[in-house]
Formats: sequence, C-alpha cells, structure tokens
Amino acid sequence: MASISAAAKATSAAFAHKKELAAAAPQQQQRASASSRRARSGRGRVRAVATPTRAPRSPASTGSVKSPMTTTEKILARASERASLEPGENVWVDVDVLMTHDVCGPGTIGIFKQEFGEDAKVWDREKVVIIPDHYIFTADERANRNVDILRDFCQEQKIKYFYDIKDLSDFRANPDYKGVCHIALAQEGHCRPGEVLLGTDSHTCNAGAFGQFATGIGNTDAGFVMGTGKALLKVPPTIRFVLDGEMPPYLLAKDLILQIIGEISVSGATYRSMEFVGSTIESLTMEERMTLCNMVIEAGGKNGVVPADETTFKYLEGKTSVEYEPVYSDAQARFYSDYRFDVSKLEPVVAKPHSPDNRALARECKDVKIDRVYIGSCTGGKTEDFIAAAKVFLASGKKVKVPTFLVPATQKVWMDVYSLPVPGSGGKTCSQIFEEAGCDTPASPNCGACLGGPRDTYARMNEPTVCVSTTNRNFPGRMGHKEGQIYLASPFTAAASALTGYVTDPRDFLS
Amino acid sequence: MTAAPLLSLTDAATATATAVLAPGRAPTRARIQAAPRHPATVSLRCHRSRPLTAAAATGDSPSSAAFHGECFVVGDNIDTDQIIPAEHLTLVPSKPDEYRKLGSFAFVGLPSAAYPIPFVAPGEESSRYAVIIGGANFGCGSSREHAPVALGAAGARAVVAEGYARIFFRNSVATGEVYPLELADSGASKECKTEDVVTVDLDNSVLINHTSGKQYKLKPIGDAGPVIEAGGIFAYARKTGMIASKSA
Repeated sequence: MASISAAAKATSAAFAHKKELAAAAPQQQQRASASSRRARSGRGRVRAVATPTRAPRSPASTGSVKSPMTTTEKILARASERASLEPGENVWVDVDVLMTHDVCGPGTIGIFKQEFGEDAKVWDREKVVIIPDHYIFTADERANRNVDILRDFCQEQKIKYFYDIKDLSDFRANPDYKGVCHIALAQEGHCRPGEVLLGTDSHTCNAGAFGQFATGIGNTDAGFVMGTGKALLKVPPTIRFVLDGEMPPYLLAKDLILQIIGEISVSGATYRSMEFVGSTIESLTMEERMTLCNMVIEAGGKNGVVPADETTFKYLEGKTSVEYEPVYSDAQARFYSDYRFDVSKLEPVVAKPHSPDNRALARECKDVKIDRVYIGSCTGGKTEDFIAAAKVFLASGKKVKVPTFLVPATQKVWMDVYSLPVPGSGGKTCSQIFEEAGCDTPASPNCGACLGGPRDTYARMNEPTVCVSTTNRNFPGRMGHKEGQIYLASPFTAAASALTGYVTDPRDFLS
Repeated sequence: MTAAPLLSLTDAATATATAVLAPGRAPTRARIQAAPRHPATVSLRCHRSRPLTAAAATGDSPSSAAFHGECFVVGDNIDTDQIIPAEHLTLVPSKPDEYRKLGSFAFVGLPSAAYPIPFVAPGEESSRYAVIIGGANFGCGSSREHAPVALGAAGARAVVAEGYARIFFRNSVATGEVYPLELADSGASKECKTEDVVTVDLDNSVLINHTSGKQYKLKPIGDAGPVIEAGGIFAYARKTGMIASKSA
C-alpha cells in the first residue's frame, strides 16, 4: 500500500467519504427520459425519437422507476435485454463494439480461428474495430509481422474499421492510420453513450467518458466475442465520486484521478464501476473526462462512467451516424459507496514510483531530480494535453533542462499540435512553442514508450533514469528499464518539471 | 527445519510428507495415496526442468486435483509488466512455439534486487516452481492474456494470492492456464519462502507448506474450477455440450 505523506493527508480533508449504501443526490440524476434518444443528423442537429426501437422495455425510458439502477447497471440491463438486474449477477450481453490492436489482435484472431474454424466469419464486420498502435515504428520483425496478421485478417473478413499503416517511414503517408486506439476510438465516433464496448486493452475504460460501458478483456474472451458478439459479464456495483467546486487553473483531470487512486488504492475499485458526477465533472471537456475514466483501471475499476450531456453530444456531432441512447443513474439507485471531493481545495499531485496510488503533492517532490519528461499515451497525449504543456512553456519563456519527448496519441492530435493556435500565444502553435522551449520534435503517434515496447522504440527508457510522464503506469520496468523511476503527472506538472529538471508544481509558472 | 525439503519431489514423497507433517488434516484423496510410481526415495532436492505437478495433469480422476512442488513467492501488487514485460508481447500466445517462448520470460520483469532467484532459470524454457504465492492485487495492470499464459507455459499450475486484479483472474479462467486461488486469510505470502515445498489441495481448499509445517485455508474456486480443469472456456463449453464439439 502506498504511503501518503502528511501534506497529502491534509489535502485529503478536502473531501469526505461516506462508506455505505447511499441514495443518489436527486437533482443531477434526473436526465433520463424517453426523449433522450439522440442521433446525429448531417447538420449535427439532435432529433428526438419518441419510441425507442432497440429495446422496447428499456429501463431508461420508463417513467416510474420500479428497480432503480446505476448507469452501468442500466447499460448492461439493456444489452442483456433485461428489465432490471442487480450487482453480482452474471449476464450475457450483446457487444456493440469489439476493439483489438497489434499486441493482442493476433492472439485473439488465433483463438477465433482455432475455436470457430479457419473459414469462420466475425459476428459483425462493422462492429469489430482493429487499430494497429502499439509497436509500429520499430524494426522488430515479429512486431511488424503482427501488423501484417491484422491486415490479412481484415482483408479476409472485410473489416470495415481497420486503421492500417504500411509506410513506416512517414506515418502521414498513411491516411488510414490513426494511432493510440482509445483516442482513435473516440475521434472516429466508436464511443457512444449507452453502448457496450469491449477491447483487448485495459485502458478501454477510457470510453466511459461517453457514458458508455467500456472495459478490457483478454484474447480468449475477445475471441469468443469475435465469433458470437456476446460476452458473459458480471454486473459490478458502482462507487460514486462526487466532484464539486471550481477547478483551479493549475489542475487538470490527471490530478483528479491521481488524487482518487491515491485515496482508494490500486485495488480500491476492483470489480467495481466508478461513476463520476458533480459540478466539476460537468465542466470538464471530453478529453479531460477521458483522462479521468482512462485510469480507473489503475484503481482496479472494471469501468468508469461520466453521464453523457451536451458536452458529449456536441463532441459526437459529425463523428457518428449510429443512433445512440444515453442512460443515467436513477435518483434512487444504490451505490456501493460515495466519495466527495471539493476540487477547489486540491493541489497538483504526482504518483511516485512504483505504483499509481503512491500519491504525493508535486511541491513535496521538488527535490527529486529528473532525467527526462514524456508527454504522450492514451492518458496524456491528447490535443488538450499538449496545449496544456505549451501553456506552461509559454508562460515561462524558458527552455527545458531535460530531454522532453512528445508523442501525440493520434494523427489528428499530431495535426492539432502543428496547426491549432495556443490561446494567449498570439497565434503560435504547440509545435512552435515546443521548438522554442527546446523539446524534441513531436514524434509519430503510437503507444510504444508508455509500456516499454521493443528496444528501438522512440523515447523508451533504456537506462535507469528518472522520468516525469503523463502516462498511466509507473510499475517497475513499465517504460523499459527495470530500475527506471516514473513519476506520473499532469501535462502541466510534466512541462513545469521539464523546465526545472526537478519535479515541479506548475504554479511556479502558471500565475 | 523439517526433513521435507530433502525429500525427493515426487508425488509419493510429497504424499508422505503431507501425512507426516499434517496428521489428521492431510488430504486423504485416493490419488495422492495411490500413486507411488516412485518409491519415497530420500535424496537431495530434485531440480527438474519441468515442475512437478500432481495427477490432475495426467491422472484419471478429473474431478479433483492437487499440485505439489516448490513455490515461488512474490509480494503485493505484482503487475502484468513484472509478470511479462511488454517488450515480449510481440509473441503470439496462440502460436505453439511462441507460447513456449512466453513461458521462458515469465516473471522476468521482477526487480532482480528484490527477487534474486529467477522464476525460470537462465537457459531454461520452464520453471521448477509449480505454485506461485502472492500477496494482494496479484496481476494488476494490463489486460494482456500473455500474463497467465506465460505462467502456465512456464509450468506453473496454480497461483495462491490474497487477491486478484479482475482481468488477470478472468484471463486465468478463460485460458485455463493457471488456477487463481484466493487465500481465506492473509499471511502466506509473508510466511512462505521461495523454494518451500508446498501442496495445493483443491478438494480441501488448503495450501500446505511442508517446509514450515503450516497450512493456509483457501477460498473455494467454485464454478471456475471445472472450467480451468477442462482447459479454458472453449474446452469447457465443448465438454459440457454448451457448444458443438469441433469434430461434430
């Protein structure tokens, strides 16, 4: 178990924990209604559909609630065609999207063929999404072969959504290539409220930001889903996290989730769903909600959920033509436990080596000398993550003191880094600010360095160095070297640390 | 120190040790007592390249199992990066030669300072440890099925831990690679030492450490037991007629 410093304990006073079954706070749980069925039209208009067609007994559309349920329970109830269900029940659910990538895809395909036959067809070629992203820009022959296996399979099965890459010398020569799967899923419209998304990657929970049930599974389960479109899932009880208060300008969602994991530990949500509500959550952008949900697995969580709202619907405009129907926790839903946070009182935090729950205030670690900074991954490599880092560099006007590696999560993020003006910069792009600050040139989108992929992976930790990273895990050896030390931090804190060469509270630069 | 570590690690020897060390509470299943293929020869510890497993693997009584051999002990929060570092994930578990290679890398991510004895000896493909004993939250981190596969491919039959991360537990059952057994109480991972000789008795839900003479109660594996025994969910589903057998 992580040790929590005295200062961090003092911070803990900013929230209270009610460890008992609790009824929901009524005002924020009443959005569910039959008219909440939404769809994208060509011009991004939202139209109401009076009668849900998919599930006639949809619990989300009933006026009087006989069996109050949480968002997660409702999604699983609908996916299993049940009027109601209880946490702990095992149910067969229909899967809306199955995602796999180059690390687990070949094994999943192997099991699918072995069990369903060489000539078998996937259950739905439009619901299997295959995203090469882990080990792409490497000379490792087996890694390259694994992408070839995906390509052959997708051609054979006529998989509709395969984001291929062939020319490794320049990712931009591959218009289909996206990059890090969880961010690509969001950007390509595969994350939709009320649906079930399973992926062969533990950070699949990222999509909970959309009010979707999303969780990671292994190759064998994925092979089964590939053949049948169904999965046997145990309904998790839901822990509710109520985050209220205005978000201070020096905090990011990464600080919130590190705060929470530090509070409940790396196994505090094992077999549980984590639902995030409250005025702070409502104010977060989609990318920040993703950061929050992305790391629920680091607390052992099965899935994370943020209720879909106008922010969600607006993000989805133009991204999907699939109809979706959000669901919301009932006012009387039962939660396993409740945590409350006053976000206005929180401070920037880091997770010290070698556990994501080893929380400390960033300012407490100001004497920790670092060797490098990494900004990237599904957790911390989105457009807003780079804009946040750029803001710190801009505010300081100084140069970085340690090598600073930047790996945009996807091709779209990369383009944003090179094209979007950073607010308050007089029109400069992130890439210009990074160059002026002396960072490494933003690299080709992929996951590799976050998990210490093949040895020739860009920015992999091949020496026992100390790194401040916007990624999600700091286990021994996670980014490569077994004796390496990783401090998990927000993009603000990572950029501030790059400027000083020590773990640094971003308030030193952000007024 | 008891005499147990000096016994040859055969089924018969372990059965004898069990009977001596834990009279009255020893498992009395027929298989252990009726399988003296090797006389209970007393010898130096037998370092075999393959772990010693009980009759469950080869025996004729499919409804029960026990595993004997030396144990490998790890601490709390052992994550999947330590079980199988990501640089080895290019190996595809469904390819037989790469499956074996995964086994040779099992636990290679453990910090060498804290774990001076490797799980798989250098140059070997499999481990001599049949049972892994861990603390809380074993298998946390990634959803990589390579983790239980690496342990199973190295020859481990069971993990005994205080608790599991959800996906590791599920992957262990789905693949049938290892039994993810949960201790009823904490303590075993602190009290047991790597190389202690242990028996995991599934029928009686008990872990017996012959070296220390202590026993630890396990939570019953329940419905997951037959799935693992069959070799995973697909094999179980075929065996029980849930899905058609491949030849049909």
